[in-house]
Amino acid sequence: MSAATVLSVARARKAFGGLIAVNDVSFDVGEGELIGLIGPNGSGKTTMLNLISGALRPTSGEIRLAGTRISGLAPEKVARIGIARTFQLVRVLPSMTAIENVTAGAVFARNRLWGAPAQDFARGLLARMGLSGRESVPVAAMTYIDQKRVELARALAADPRLLLLDEWLAGLNPSELLLGIDLIRDISREGRTIIMVEHVMDAIRTLCSRCVVMNSGTMIANGAAASVLADPDVIRAYLGDDDA
Amino acid sequence: MMRLRRDELMVAGGGIAAIALLSLLPLFSDGFVLSFGVNLMLYVAMCTAWTLFSGPTRLVSLASAGFFGVGTYSVALGLDFLPFPVLIAIAAFVSAALAGLVGAATLRLSGVYFVIFTLGLAELIRQVVAWSQSRFAHKMGLYVFTDFTERDLYWMLLALTTLVFGVGWLINRSRLGFALRIIGDDETVARHVGIATARAKIVLFMASGAFLGIAGAIVAPRYAYIEPQAAFNPMISFLVVIMALLGGTRRLWGPLVGVIPFTIVMEFITARFPNHSSVVIGITFLAIVYLLPDGITGRIEGLRDRIRHRAAARNGIEAPEAIEEKAA
Repeated sequence: MSAATVLSVARARKAFGGLIAVNDVSFDVGEGELIGLIGPNGSGKTTMLNLISGALRPTSGEIRLAGTRISGLAPEKVARIGIARTFQLVRVLPSMTAIENVTAGAVFARNRLWGAPAQDFARGLLARMGLSGRESVPVAAMTYIDQKRVELARALAADPRLLLLDEWLAGLNPSELLLGIDLIRDISREGRTIIMVEHVMDAIRTLCSRCVVMNSGTMIANGAAASVLADPDVIRAYLGDDDA
Repeated sequence: MMRLRRDELMVAGGGIAAIALLSLLPLFSDGFVLSFGVNLMLYVAMCTAWTLFSGPTRLVSLASAGFFGVGTYSVALGLDFLPFPVLIAIAAFVSAALAGLVGAATLRLSGVYFVIFTLGLAELIRQVVAWSQSRFAHKMGLYVFTDFTERDLYWMLLALTTLVFGVGWLINRSRLGFALRIIGDDETVARHVGIATARAKIVLFMASGAFLGIAGAIVAPRYAYIEPQAAFNPMISFLVVIMALLGGTRRLWGPLVGVIPFTIVMEFITARFPNHSSVVIGITFLAIVYLLPDGITGRIEGLRDRIRHRAAARNGIEAPEAIEEKAA
């Protein structure tokens, strides 16, 4: 990795009682990289994301964002330092309109906008998501994919140094999926650093330069997407011994 | 930042006119109507103050009687030594400090646990005050003799109500107000967009508690004789919650809509059937839960939206203003 390191995870561990959900995982993410965090169900991907975003405190180990230690900080502090995320099950603010949802991302985190500048910024992001003209629609009345777009716009509104996408493509139909992949590619091309947890392998193959693979809490592979996906250990983790 | 939209100016103008009109009431009446006006103004101030916190956060506080009683006792204890405005400031300060402590202690509590904690807290304060009075002062209550007339109390309560509305309006326009709406919708999202949720909630609970304390301080002279059972009466907390919910807590002026009819009905019931007031409270509460979960104002807004949608459907077009309205 040639670019500067944005995120470094060093021997991060999370234990829930006797269950070790994340077991001494270490990896780095460079500036502008788009990496895939993959693995079978229950392998600890979302827990890993929760450790990075501050939703969970690691049992041990250290996570740094551009040199600043963020492990152990509350999520609001982590957000202010520069990490934004979407959620596995889409989380919008149900009583608000689309533009209010996006503005929420621009006001309190790294981007501390307020008033008209915040509104304009949010309007621009909605336009980027293809939601121009629907700013005043209550999100509760929007379709699933539009809610996902609003959620992504909210995360981008913070101008994060690192964007975490937790299965953002899940639940989309094939044509929506293509749009979604294009959108993520666009965001990545702007130079935004992204970690995406994903089960849609086509998206991983098309988008990610590098993959981190987890299985039962441990990292079993970390390398270029094509070679990692061909790795017998990775195939065994997904499909079992017989197919490896 | 302080640029006002036209509709905001109209609301502000209407509000000032209403306050001016209301301030004239004591000049025309000093008997029953004025006394009723004091009751009404007291509960408008208290319910609006309660809604400042409980409206956006959706955390039901039953500690109102605690703050109210603290305010009342600030006056009763200090009346011989300090001027009344200082006592009001002390009431506000002590109530806010108490709210800050409660907030810090209940950060991790949510929903029903918060409700029970606040109810228990108000009761605890009442018991401690009663115990220390009989233990150290060897009496049950305190006398509060002032030169204030019912008129003075009315004007003070009107000023307090104006203050509560003013502060509420400023909060709603601020980052804090926006933060609280986000917290009310989804606290996890709130934290992940960078909101220090605990601090925001405590700040607001302190403001709300301070206003409730001031309300208690202002009406202390009305009691003349103050004892814990009256000053910390849990019924105060319940009435505040019921009237605010009846009106609706989504808008700043929602509680106002609930206080007026409820106070009138209660006045009538307590005059005619003095032993049946709890029945009214119970029935009102059931009616709110079953028929008006968003209060009167929520119901009216819902109906208005539906009528607009129906009109729009008849004309075969979208009703953009119905959507604009929700954004406002």
